[in-house]
Amino acid sequence: MVDDDPALAEMLGIVLRGEGFDPSFVADGARALGSFREFRPDVVLLDLMLPGMSGIDVCKAIRAESGVPIIMLTAKSDTVDVVLGLESGADDYVVKPFKPKELVARVRARLRRTDEPPAETLTIGDVAIDVPGHTVSRNGGSIALTPLEFDLLVALARKPRQVFTRETLLEQVWGYRHAADTRLVNVHVQRLRSKVERDPEHPEIVLTVRGVGYKAGPP
Amino acid sequence: MTTTSARAGGSEEQIGPALNGSAHRAQPLAQAAADGAVAGDVTIPGSPRPARRAAVWAAAARRTYRTARSRVPRHVRDLPRWLSNRWRRSLQLRVAATTVLASGVVVLILGVLLVNMITTGLLNAKRRAAYAETKNGLVVVQRQLSVVTDPNPESLRLSLKALTTTDLASRGANAGLFSIVMQAENSLPFTSGDVAATSIPTDLRAAVDRGNLVEAYSPIRFTSGRTGSGLIVGAPIAAPAGSFQLYYIFPLQDEVRTIALIRRTVLLIGTLLVLLLGAIAVLVTRQVVRPVRVAAQTAERLAAGRLEERMQVRGQDDLALLASAFNDMANSLQRQIRKLEEMSRLQRRFTSDVSHELRTPLTTVRMAADVLHASRDGFSPEVGRSAELLQDELDRFEGLLADLLEISRYDAQVAVLDAEVTDLRALMRGVVDATGAIASQQGSTIVIDLPDRPVLAEVDARRVVRILRNLLINAVEHGEGRPVEVRMLGDADAVAITVRDHGVGLRAGEAALVFDRFWRADPSRDRRTGGTGLGLSISLEDARLHGGWLHAWGRPGQGAQFRLTLPVRGGEVVVASPLPIEPPDARLARTRQRAQVGVDLVRGGG
Repeated sequence: MVDDDPALAEMLGIVLRGEGFDPSFVADGARALGSFREFRPDVVLLDLMLPGMSGIDVCKAIRAESGVPIIMLTAKSDTVDVVLGLESGADDYVVKPFKPKELVARVRARLRRTDEPPAETLTIGDVAIDVPGHTVSRNGGSIALTPLEFDLLVALARKPRQVFTRETLLEQVWGYRHAADTRLVNVHVQRLRSKVERDPEHPEIVLTVRGVGYKAGPP
Repeated sequence: MTTTSARAGGSEEQIGPALNGSAHRAQPLAQAAADGAVAGDVTIPGSPRPARRAAVWAAAARRTYRTARSRVPRHVRDLPRWLSNRWRRSLQLRVAATTVLASGVVVLILGVLLVNMITTGLLNAKRRAAYAETKNGLVVVQRQLSVVTDPNPESLRLSLKALTTTDLASRGANAGLFSIVMQAENSLPFTSGDVAATSIPTDLRAAVDRGNLVEAYSPIRFTSGRTGSGLIVGAPIAAPAGSFQLYYIFPLQDEVRTIALIRRTVLLIGTLLVLLLGAIAVLVTRQVVRPVRVAAQTAERLAAGRLEERMQVRGQDDLALLASAFNDMANSLQRQIRKLEEMSRLQRRFTSDVSHELRTPLTTVRMAADVLHASRDGFSPEVGRSAELLQDELDRFEGLLADLLEISRYDAQVAVLDAEVTDLRALMRGVVDATGAIASQQGSTIVIDLPDRPVLAEVDARRVVRILRNLLINAVEHGEGRPVEVRMLGDADAVAITVRDHGVGLRAGEAALVFDRFWRADPSRDRRTGGTGLGLSISLEDARLHGGWLHAWGRPGQGAQFRLTLPVRGGEVVVASPLPIEPPDARLARTRQRAQVGVDLVRGGG
């Protein structure tokens, strides 16, 4: 939990411990990375406005060495700020002021791993997905995806010709019933494309269906 | 001038085909088809031969006319329009044309005057010389004839002939070449020179007959058959041998030639002068117009946002003054805009900072309240109720803060549209589901009437959902438990959504006020759903950001209707809404009422 506001940090601590989590706190962006390596958390809660090092930079640094779920806490709900945060590698975001239940629900959603997946290998185009092995490769070369990006790709690849609305994807991949922001899906699709597509400008793996949502490209 | 127009017309021609070249290429084909049809019409079997021929001729004439018309080059046909365009748009052309026109008139007047004066002068000199010559001749003739007293007609004839052909004819030196006609009574005229005696007009003869010295300009005929103009001076001679008439005929061909030369010269010089003046006008106006054009271009660039554009200031004349004044204006404009930009940036920073600074502690308070609220059962009733109140009011506070930030974002004009193609029916259904709980709490049902096919529009889903939610909650709140009706209809350009309630409605003039911030229809009314008072203001801004409309309609006792109209394509502006702002049932009631009033009036009158 990286936040510079001590009152909020303490209050979050009370709430999270009440829910059975074991939180550790850092108040300074510059020390966040060291603390991350030391503590090895299952999920990172990251404030965007931090002294020392901005939340965006911390997010990028963590993402560079780990695929651990990152949830941003942001006081800004402007599209630009949200998109910037998501593009730097965060999996989800919560806008202050949030309800404690909402935050806990999102943390749980990120921590909930799909139970032992069936042994299957999916392909979209020339991209092969080894579901149990959690690896994605093209022509033998492996592509590094975060767990969330991986889940998104798998969800699309399991039903190749089906068009998924953003709401459906939010429910299947993020685990949210409703009231979540579809910008999450947009930004993650962009991120996914930048990794798996040959030319992200002309996607072949994850296709946009105008006015509806997304679908996987031809298998 | 002609060459200029033709060249300019040519350049028009180059632009033209790009615009409607295809239409032009298509024309001959259509024409050929039409011609074929005409030709087919005339070969009517059994029609009489002459009629057939006439018809063929008519068709041929039509074809020729059409071909001729289509052969007229387009730049010639478009020339008038092009010229009038140029005339309206080019100050330089106007000044040059006016100069040419005015100087043309002046040169014409001066030229005519000049030619007239020279002509008069030339003819006067000729006349004086002619008079002098005639008078001399008269003296000679009189002297000669005074000695001829012999009434023998033959000798008189001889002496007259000698006089005419030698004595007088040899004298002509001062007045140039001339011919002489000596007319005796009852005799053929004696002539010298190459002018025919028939050249003398009869009225001149008559005047001389009466004993006057007369002169006249008259067309003359030469013996060779040539004609020309001439000056004829006639004088009567009274001699002992009888009375005679002596005519001096001076051909004016030299003078005519001189005058023609002068006329040509004046015309040539005048034309050259006018053209020169035109050229000078073009040059002079260019000196003035060019800086003005540069100023216009600079102003355009400034308007396009290139605030660092300035004009070059050269010299100290009026144009330099214009340039420096223009630059001053640009400077001050740039300063103002920079200032506004800075203010806007500060406002944005402020909004963002306030947002962050308020939200973080609010989050803490919110969590604390939640924890208290969750364990309120363990508290005493007062403390438990306090925890509940704290929780509820925090919800309101949060809503208010969010709305205030949103509206300040609009005020700072930093709101951006995040539009993509969306099925508005899905958004509507989502909003109706989400507000269902509030509606049933109020005892209202929401009746929705959506089209069967997807209603796609390029919208910012988050904002449209917010508008729809605000409209629905507003309708439920003021609907007094009666059904709330939602309709949606889209056409090629716009989508309209109406939300109708059957509550207390709006009084006259209130429809315009509902979008004002913190405006309440009735301040004494209790607030049940706890709106912030900013919902409709934000909705209006959201609609405007889309280029759409948000309108309100209401009648006391008949409820209210709000209509949201959004353009189908992003970046466009709504010009017409597929749904009327007045609900159909209200309109029906109104017309019925009017009809009723009409019936009453008729009855009252009867």
